[in-house]
Amino acid sequence: MEMKSLYLLVPLAPLVGAIIAGLFCRIIPRWVAHTATIAGVAIAFVASCIIFKDVLAGNTFNGPVYQWLTSGDYKFEVGFLIDALTATMMIVVTSVSLMVHVYTIGYMQEDPGYNRFFSYISLFTFSMLMLVMSNNFMQLFFGWEAVGLVSYLLIGFWYTRPTAIFANMKAFLVNRVGDFGFILGIGFILAYFGTLDYKTVFEHAPEFAKTTVNLWGAAEWSLMTVTCILLFIGAMGKSAQVPLHVWLPDSMEGPTPISALIHAATMVTAGIFMVARMSPLFELSDTALSFVIVIGAITALFMGFLGIIQNDIKRVVAYSTLSQLGYMTVALGASAYGVAIFHLMTHAFFKALLFLGAGSVIIGMHHDQDIRNMGGLRKYMPITWITSLVGSLALIGTPFFAGFYSKDSIIEAVKFSNIPGSGFAYAAVLAGVFVTAFYSFRMYFLVFHGEERFGKAHDGHGHGAHDDHGADAHEGDHDDEEVSPDHHHGLAPGQKPHESPWVVTLPLVMLAIPSVIVGFIGIGPMLFGDYFKGVIAVNAEAHPAMATLAEHFHGATAMAVHALSTAPFWLAFAGVALSWFFYMKRPDIPAAIKARFEWLYTVLDNKYYFDKFNEAFFAGGARKLGTGLWKGGDVAVIDGVMVNGSAKMVGWIASIVRFFQTGHIYSYAFTMIIGLVMLLTFWVVRA
Amino acid sequence: MSGYLLSLAIWIPILAGLIVLATGSDRNAPLARMLSLAGAVLGLLVTIPLWTGFDYATSAMQFVELKPWIPRFNINYHLGVDGISMLFVILNAFITVVVVLAGWQVIEQKVAQYNAGFLIMSGLMNGIFTSLDGMLFYVFFEASLIPLYLIIGIWGGPNRVYAAFKFFLYTLAGSLLFLIAQLYLFINSGGSFAILDWHQLPIPMGAQIWIFLAFLVAFAVKVPMWPVHTWLPDAHVEAPTGGSIVLAAIALKLGAYGFLRFSLPITPDASHQLAGLVIALSLIAVVYIGFVALVQTDMKKLVAYSSVAHMGFVTLGFFMFNAMGVEGALVQMISHGFVSGAMFFCIGVMYDRVHSRQIADYGGVVDKMPKFAAFFMLFAMANAGLPATSGFVGEFMVILGAVKYNFWVAFFAASTMVVGAAYTLWMYKRVIFGKISNHHVEEMEDINSREFLILALLAAGTLYMGVHPLPFSEVMHASVNELLRHVAVTKIQ
Repeated sequence: MEMKSLYLLVPLAPLVGAIIAGLFCRIIPRWVAHTATIAGVAIAFVASCIIFKDVLAGNTFNGPVYQWLTSGDYKFEVGFLIDALTATMMIVVTSVSLMVHVYTIGYMQEDPGYNRFFSYISLFTFSMLMLVMSNNFMQLFFGWEAVGLVSYLLIGFWYTRPTAIFANMKAFLVNRVGDFGFILGIGFILAYFGTLDYKTVFEHAPEFAKTTVNLWGAAEWSLMTVTCILLFIGAMGKSAQVPLHVWLPDSMEGPTPISALIHAATMVTAGIFMVARMSPLFELSDTALSFVIVIGAITALFMGFLGIIQNDIKRVVAYSTLSQLGYMTVALGASAYGVAIFHLMTHAFFKALLFLGAGSVIIGMHHDQDIRNMGGLRKYMPITWITSLVGSLALIGTPFFAGFYSKDSIIEAVKFSNIPGSGFAYAAVLAGVFVTAFYSFRMYFLVFHGEERFGKAHDGHGHGAHDDHGADAHEGDHDDEEVSPDHHHGLAPGQKPHESPWVVTLPLVMLAIPSVIVGFIGIGPMLFGDYFKGVIAVNAEAHPAMATLAEHFHGATAMAVHALSTAPFWLAFAGVALSWFFYMKRPDIPAAIKARFEWLYTVLDNKYYFDKFNEAFFAGGARKLGTGLWKGGDVAVIDGVMVNGSAKMVGWIASIVRFFQTGHIYSYAFTMIIGLVMLLTFWVVRA
Repeated sequence: MSGYLLSLAIWIPILAGLIVLATGSDRNAPLARMLSLAGAVLGLLVTIPLWTGFDYATSAMQFVELKPWIPRFNINYHLGVDGISMLFVILNAFITVVVVLAGWQVIEQKVAQYNAGFLIMSGLMNGIFTSLDGMLFYVFFEASLIPLYLIIGIWGGPNRVYAAFKFFLYTLAGSLLFLIAQLYLFINSGGSFAILDWHQLPIPMGAQIWIFLAFLVAFAVKVPMWPVHTWLPDAHVEAPTGGSIVLAAIALKLGAYGFLRFSLPITPDASHQLAGLVIALSLIAVVYIGFVALVQTDMKKLVAYSSVAHMGFVTLGFFMFNAMGVEGALVQMISHGFVSGAMFFCIGVMYDRVHSRQIADYGGVVDKMPKFAAFFMLFAMANAGLPATSGFVGEFMVILGAVKYNFWVAFFAASTMVVGAAYTLWMYKRVIFGKISNHHVEEMEDINSREFLILALLAAGTLYMGVHPLPFSEVMHASVNELLRHVAVTKIQ
C-alpha cells in the first residue's frame, strides 16, 4: 500500500468507528459498537507501527491532503507531517487508546450509554491523531479544539450529575482561555511568516530572531518571545499548567477510562507535544523558555503537595498527573525537548496503567472511590495490585523502570540548564521527587495494604472525598448525594471486593510491560541517538543542557546503577519509607500533623484558593459586568434615554395621527405602503 | 433562461406567495403548505445555476439584467450578482425552504398568509442582494420590512406592538438618511442611479464623510451594530420561530451587505478615515454584547445578543481592508445564516413543546430528547466557533486578519473564544443537561421526522462549510480583491 493512503488510514479508521457507534448508537447492539470502534483503533495502531518502522528506516513525509481555504495570498491546507516525533505520538496514542477501548468493555458494561461512550473515545482518537499528524498550525488548532470538545463530552458523560456538567463546562472554558492566547500566537505566525505551514515557518524562523513588535507604548518586544509565550498559553490550558490547571482535577468526574486516555496519557500532553514541535521557535527566545521552565516548576512541585491530602483515589492520580506535566514542561524550558517527549511517552504508559488500576479498584469497591474505605485489597485483586505497584514504582522513578529514565533525565537536564529560573526549577523537581514518592505510596499502602476498612458502615455513600466541588454555587442545584444506578455504591457490610474481569486486567498487564521496559530500551536511541535529528532543534551553544547530558550518558544500565548514589533515588526512597511509617505504622502522626498545621491543611484542602478566586472574580465578575452592561447600558441608557426619549419627542406627532391608530397591524403596514408610494410619486412629480 | 435567473429568483417566491395567498382561509391550509413548499423549492432550484454557472475569474457583475423602469429619472430594473452577493441569494432561497418546513405543523392559523409573507419577503430580499440600481435597491430594502412587520405583528408574542414600534423608530432615521445620500449621488453623478456608476464617482472628502455617516446609520441599524441594536432582542422575542430564523439568517445580512456595496466603494476615503470608529463599535459589540448575552435568562434574547456579537465580527472584518478580514466576514455572514437559524429553530422546537423560552423552565432535556440534544450540541459548538463547523472559519479568518491589522483589535476580538463559549455552553448546560427539572420537560417528545430533516439540512451546511470552506471562499476572491483594490484608491480629486 502506498504510504500516503496508510497515513490517511490512521486517523480515518477510528473516525469511521466513531461514526458507526455514534450515529447508530440507539439501534445497534453493544457488540457492534465495541467491535467497530476497537477494529478502527486496532487498524490505526497497526498502521502506526508500520509507519513507525518506515520512519526508523529514514522515510519521512510532509505534504498536503487537501486545500482547506485560500484567502488573499494565504493558503490553508490539511496535511500530514510524518517524522520521528509524530510517529512516537501516533504509537503512544493508538496503543493507549486500544488498551482503553478494551478496558471499557468491562468498565462500562452496566452503563446505558455504552455505545455513545465508545463513539466518543474513538472520536477522541481521531482528533488526537489529527493533532499530532498535522503539518500546519491550522490543523493543529483543529485537533486542539476537537480533543477539547471530546473531553467536554466525556467529562459530562454522566450528564445528570451536577458536578459532572459543571466540571465539563469549566474544563472547556479554561481551555478556551488557553486557546485565546494560542490563536493570537498563530495570528502572529501568519502575520509575519505569511504561512501556517510548519516547514516554511521553521526554516524562516531565524530571520525573525531579532524582529521586534510594538504592543504597548514605546516598549519593543521580541516577536519570538511574544509569539512563543502566546503559543505556550495554549499549552498551559491543554496541559494544565498553573494557573490554568484548575480544570484537570474536576475532570475526574468523567468515567475512569477517559481519565486514563484523555486526562493522563494523551490529550493533556498535547501542549508538551506542541512546544516540542515548535522547538525551532522557542529556541530563539530565552525569555519564553524561562517563562516555560518557571511555570513548569511551579506546577511540578505545588500540584504534588495537593496530591498528599486527597482521599479520592482518582484525584490522587490526577494531581500526580498535574505534577508530572510540570516535569515535562520544565524539560521543555531547559531545551531538553526530546526528554520531555520521552517522559511524555513513559508517563503515558504508567499513568494510564495507574488510572486503569484505580478504575479496577473502583469496580472492585463497587464505585467507592475513597481510599480511606479501602485497605488490604492485594489479597482480593492480585493482578490489579501487582500492576499498580509496577505503575507506582515507575512513577516515583525506581531505577530500571520506565519513569526513572525519563524523570532522571529531566532532573539532570535542568541541572545543566543555564536558562534564568532553572535554579528554582532544579530545586522544585528535586523536592518533587520526594513528594511524588510520598503521595504515590500513601495511596498504594492505603489501598492495597494494611487493615481492611471496606464493608464497614462508613458515610453511607462512600463519597466523602467529593466534598470539594461545591463550586456550582451560582446554580443552586448542587446535589452531591445523588445516587444514580452506576455510581456511589460502596461495598455492603461483609461484602468482599473481587478481581476485575479479563477485559480489565489484560490492559493492565499490557500497559505494565512498557511501564517497565520502555525507558531502558528507549533512552539510548531516543535521547542520545539520531532519533530526533532534524525534528527537534536545539541551539546547543546557547542551551547546552542536552549536550552535557549526552556527555554524562554511558548506557542505560550504568545510568541506573549510578542513580543509586544520587539524591533523587534517596529522596524517592525516603518518600516511600515515610509514607509506610506514617500510614502503616503510626497513622496517628499524619492526624497529629494535620491538627497541628491546621492552616496549612486548609490552604491545601482549598487547592490554594484558585477555584474560589476564579469563581468569585472571573465567573462572578463576568456575571456582574454582564448585568451591569445590560441593565445600565442597554436598558437604562440606550432604551431609556435614546429610544424612549426619541419616542417622547415624536409623541406630539402621535397625538396628531392618533386616529389612524386602529390597533390593527394591517393598517400600520398599509400606511407604510402608502407612504412609500407617496414618496415615489412625490419624486416623479417634482422632477 | 439563464438571462432571467435573477428575475426568477426574485419573482418566483413573490408569485408563489401571491398564489398561496389566493388559497384564502385555513380550510385550505394543507394546500397552502404544499404550494408554499413547492414555491420555496422552485425558488431554491433556480438559484443553483447561479453557482454552477458562476465565473470565478471575473469581478464583474454576472447574470446581469437591465431594463428601463422609470426612464424619466433614469431608474432602471438593473440586476446582477458578483462574488460578494451571489452566495446570499442561494442562502436566502435555502433558508426560505427551511422556514416553510419549520412552520409546517406549528402554524395553524392564517397559514396561507403566514407562508405568503415569508415567500414574498424572500423574493424582496433577493431583490436587495441583486439590485444594481440605487432606487431599486431602496424600494426592495424598504418593502422587505413590511412582511417582517406583519409576521411579527400577527403571529408574534404579547409585546409585539412595542417591538414593531421600536424597530420602526430605528429604521426610520436610517432610511431617510440613506435616501438623502442617494439623492446627493444621483444629482452629482449627472442623473444616474446605477450603483456601479457611483463607485467611480469622485467625491470630495467632506461630502464623503457625510455620505458615509448616512450609510452608516442606515446599515448599522440593520446589522445591528452597538448602540442601535436594542430592537433586535425585542423583535426576536416577539417573532414566531420562522420570523426569527429569517431575521437572523438573512435580514441581518442586508445591512452588512450594504457596507460592501455602498459604503466602502462609494466613499473609500471616508471609510479609511472612519474605520477606527466602525472597528471600535464592532469590538464593543463583540465584548460588551458578549457579557450581556451571558446574563440573559430568555433563550431567544441570549441568541439574539449572540447574533449582535457575531455580526460585530462581520463589520470588524470589513473595515480592516485586507482579504482575510473581508472574506472572513463574508464567510461569517453565511455561517451565521446556518448557525443562528439553527439556534432559533432549536429554541422553537423546545418552545413548541413547553411554551417557554426561559432557561429556568428547562433542565435535563437530553434525557427526553437525545436526538435533539445532539443537534443542539452541534449548533451550540458552531456558535462557540469550534473548528470543523462553519462558525470557526469566519472567526478564525477575522482574528488572524486582525493580528496583522493591530494586535489589540485581535486581542479583544479573540475574547469571544472565551465569552462566546461561556454564554453558549452555560445555556446549553442549564437547558439540556442535568436532571429532568419539571413535568413539562418530563413530557417532551423527541424531534419528529420533519424537525429532523430541518436540523439535518442545517447541520450538513454547518459541517460542510467547516470541513471544506474552499468552494465558498473561491467564489469571493475576484470580487473581494477588486473591491480592496478599488477601496485603496482615493476618490478625492
